[in-house]
This record gives sequence, C-alpha cells and structure tokens, in this order.
Amino acid sequence: MLVAAASTSILIVFLIFLFLGREAAPFISEPGLGRLLDAKWIPVSFQEEHFGLLPLISGSVLVTVMAMIITVPFSVLGAIYIAEVARPLERELLKPFIEILASIPSVVLGFFGLVVLAPLVKGLFGLQTGLNAMTGALLLALMAIPTVISISEDAIMSVPSVYKRASLALGASRLQTIWRVVVPAALPGIIAAVMLGVGRVVGETMAVLMVTGNSAVITFSPLHSVRTMTATIAAEMGEVPFGSIHYQALFWVGIVLLVVTFLLNVLAQRVLKKYGMMK
Amino acid sequence: MRKIFFFLTGLLAVALVGGCGSGDRDTGVDTGSSAGTEARYLTIKGSDTMVHLVSTWAEDFMASRPESEISVTGGGSGTGIAALINGTTDICAASRSIKEQERKLATDNGKNPVEIAVARDGIAVIVNQANPVSELSIDQIGGIFSGTVTNWQEVGGPDQPIIVLSRESSSGTFIFFQEHVLNKADYTQQARFLPGTSAVVQAVNADRGAIGYVGLGFATQKGVGGIKVLSVKPDQASPAVAPSEETVRSGTYAIARPLFLYTSNEPSGLVKEFIDYCLGPDGQEIVRDTGYVSVQ
Repeated sequence: MLVAAASTSILIVFLIFLFLGREAAPFISEPGLGRLLDAKWIPVSFQEEHFGLLPLISGSVLVTVMAMIITVPFSVLGAIYIAEVARPLERELLKPFIEILASIPSVVLGFFGLVVLAPLVKGLFGLQTGLNAMTGALLLALMAIPTVISISEDAIMSVPSVYKRASLALGASRLQTIWRVVVPAALPGIIAAVMLGVGRVVGETMAVLMVTGNSAVITFSPLHSVRTMTATIAAEMGEVPFGSIHYQALFWVGIVLLVVTFLLNVLAQRVLKKYGMMK
Repeated sequence: MRKIFFFLTGLLAVALVGGCGSGDRDTGVDTGSSAGTEARYLTIKGSDTMVHLVSTWAEDFMASRPESEISVTGGGSGTGIAALINGTTDICAASRSIKEQERKLATDNGKNPVEIAVARDGIAVIVNQANPVSELSIDQIGGIFSGTVTNWQEVGGPDQPIIVLSRESSSGTFIFFQEHVLNKADYTQQARFLPGTSAVVQAVNADRGAIGYVGLGFATQKGVGGIKVLSVKPDQASPAVAPSEETVRSGTYAIARPLFLYTSNEPSGLVKEFIDYCLGPDGQEIVRDTGYVSVQ
C-alpha cells in the first residue's frame, strides 16, 4: 500500500517529464534548438518570430536573486529571533501570523502589489511606472519569507541543546552562542530552507505576471520591466494554436523551469542528507 | 503483496499513457449538425474585447429561450480560435480575422471555420488625463508603439519618456493594432505587456507618461476616470477624428475593425438561432447599448 503510494509519485514525475519532452521534441528538428539561444522573445510577429529563452531566463534570474537578497536576511534573523530570543508569548503571536502570510493566495498578493506596492515603488525611486522587477521581487520575498523562516526555525531548534549549554558554560554570552555555535550548526538546514525558498520563488506565476511589466529584455537593472518564464507560459499558453512552433517553444520554457526546480530540490535534499545529523 | 501492488501501479501507468493519446477532442455537444436534435448547451470562447457584449447577448437569449444554456469565456481571440480548432467550443468570438495558418490547422482538424461579422469596434488610444497631448496621427502613434518615438516632446507634449503599454500577444486587439497602426512592425522591446484591458486602463490611469490602446467600448462605456481618449489623424494633413459610433460606422475614424463570430462549420441548430439573434434587431440594439457599432 505504502510502496504503491510512493511509486505513484515517482511515476507521475516521470510522466510529467515524458509529456513535456514529447510536446517539445519537434522543435529540435524544425527550427532547431539554436533558436532558443536568441536574445529576443517575440513569438508573434508579422516580421520575424524570435523564440529566444535568454530574456525570459534573465528575467526569472533577476527577480529571483533580488527576492532572495531581501528574503535571506529577514528570514534568518527572524528565525533566530523566534527560536532563540523571543519570549514564549511573542512566539505564540508571531508564528500564526507567519502561517497566515504563507497561506495568502498568490493572486491576492499580486493584486496587493499592483494597487499598493507599485505606486509605492514608483514614488520611492521617482520612476515613471511601478511595473518593474523591484515590485515583483518585493512580492516574491513576501511569499518566500514564511517558507524560509519556518524551515530555518526548525533547523535552529533542532541544534542539540548540549551545544548551547556547553558554550554558555565556557563563558560565552548568549549572542556569541547564537552566532558562533547555534547558527553554524544549523547552517545546512538554513541553506536547505533558502533553496526551497528559491524553488518557491522561481515557480511563482500570477504575482509576477501582474506587476513586472512583462517586457522581454535582457537586463540586470532592478528598476526595469522584466518577463519571467512562468509569466510567459501563463500569458501565452491559452493562445497558441495546438502543435505550432510557438506551442513547442513554450514547452521548452516549461522544461527549463522544471529542470531548474528539480535540481534545486535535489540539491537541497543532498545538503540536508550530507550534514545528516539534523534531519 | 508487494508484487500485486507493483503490478497495479504498472497497470495504472499503462492506463495513463494510453489515455494520453490524442483522441477525438469533441466536447460531445451536438452543434446541431444532425437535424432535428435541439442542442441545449452552447459554449462561446474568445475575445476579451467582446466578452461583455457576448455575455449580454447570451443573457438576453437565455431569457427568451429558457431551455438553452450558454457559457461565455474570454481569454483573447487567439484562445478562442485555438478552442475552435481543438473542438472545445461551439462558437468563437474574435476581434480579428482568422490567420491563414490557423485556418489550415482548423481544416486539418476537420473544422471549416465560417466567419460572420456581428459588430464593428473602434480602438481607442488612451493617455493619462494629465497629459496635454490630445491628438496624434496614425504614423506618430505607430512610431510610439514601435519604439522610434520615445519622448512626449517629439509629438508636441512635455519632456517626459513615453511608457508604452500593450496587451499580450494572445489578444486580437494586439494583432489588429500591430497590423493596421504599426504597419506590421514589432512592438518596442521596452513596451510593457499587460494581461487584460482593465490592467491597461489601470496602468494608464496611474502613470502620467503612459499610452495604451483599448476597445472603444471599454474606454467610453463606464466613464472610467483618469484617462483621456486621443483623436486620431489618418495622416498629418487631415483633421483629427475622435472615436465614436458615428465615426466608426462611417469609416472616418481610422482605427476601426469588424468583430466576428466564428463557427466550426455552417451554423445550424442552436448555433444558428443564436447568430440570427445577434444579427437581428434585438442583438444589434445590444451592440449599440454596450458601446460598439452595429453592422446594419
């Protein structure tokens, strides 16, 4: 019974890869894989169609990196606070709210971003419009923080208390104990948490579709509009004539996304296992 | 025990893979091709520009024929045509005409698309209310959207960069605008692509340097605040014409287009009844009420 349940999930993952591969395969012969390395993504055009994945990958990377730059300090410090410093009463108050933040539907957060965050970013940086990578990154950080905080907090809590007690017994202050003993010991768990956060951020669709402006350009400026891989699939999949080159190109976008998140997850599992004392 | 469960899992795998084959994608809805059978359900998918109009038609139609049920969805003209090709809709609403490659895909799939013009629409070019510019020529608009013109100064406005807003490529409005105003040039890489008409209106409302395009019905109908509709000059010498019902029907407004309903084959049964209703006096009255222009 249990073996069957586990086998089913392996089977489904395998079938997803198979299905994606089957739908994307014709692209290899017809326009050729080299077209995916183009610098432009213009799938619908009277002039010439471009199916370059580079702008989309750059958009996803920019938004993800910026989101993690915001998320990691907030989450790690937050997790340390909740696990080590907070009084029990504060802990009881903070944890439910973090859970609530995690459970808000992403499209609601996207709406919040459109109506509240975008004008804020526009005013703060004196821009012409608030639809850019920065707004998207802020929203994604809001979504990733609960995930990273919870798992980091688990990692910190599971550091054996003997370590802390030994450190305190040797005369270290609480702060020194936290930064020199507890956090390094919990580091593998924290790294795994960050990687899972990245996985969550990379796969986010609705929020980025609504606030990033969706311009397919290769840029590393956070105040510029970008187009992510996920938003591209969401926006264009409904339209494409079934089986056309555009359709196949979109499946290649899906394959890239799937491979990235798969690798991230495998890596996170490896890290957790290698320093396996914790989990 | 384990062997049995592995066997069952294998069986499940075979069943799943077998079911994945591209079988007949018919909805099973009788489109009325067999004479005498009254179909009770009707699906209409397609243009976002037309979705309000088609919904109003559907509601009125269902009120007078209580045994019928019509479902209306948007998603863009491209979505509707794709659904028509795949056989997942009876009628497709499109704000552009079907492309040659789409027509070929349809006939390959055994469908023969029939085009019926049911209304006319103007595309309004909108700017923020605070923008002093109130008229532009088609060439200037084309230059702005294709990226050759980047500052409002170049077209008689203040010194401010132009924020170009567009619909996504699944929109019929996108295709029509590209074909007739941009003269088939690509949209500028700096343009921001928004997922729907209301998103475009909202963004123009919020940003002073923004310019976008929407169907006339959306721009004028609800009295949306914060935006201004530009008058369009067909060329530099001619006078500017503001979009309205009269100018669209008479053809003096330069950016106007017919709105279509497509069916898989010659309409019959409930599909034909619905289309006759849309072209009739009641249907065309609704066209006028929702801010479009009637074909009669």
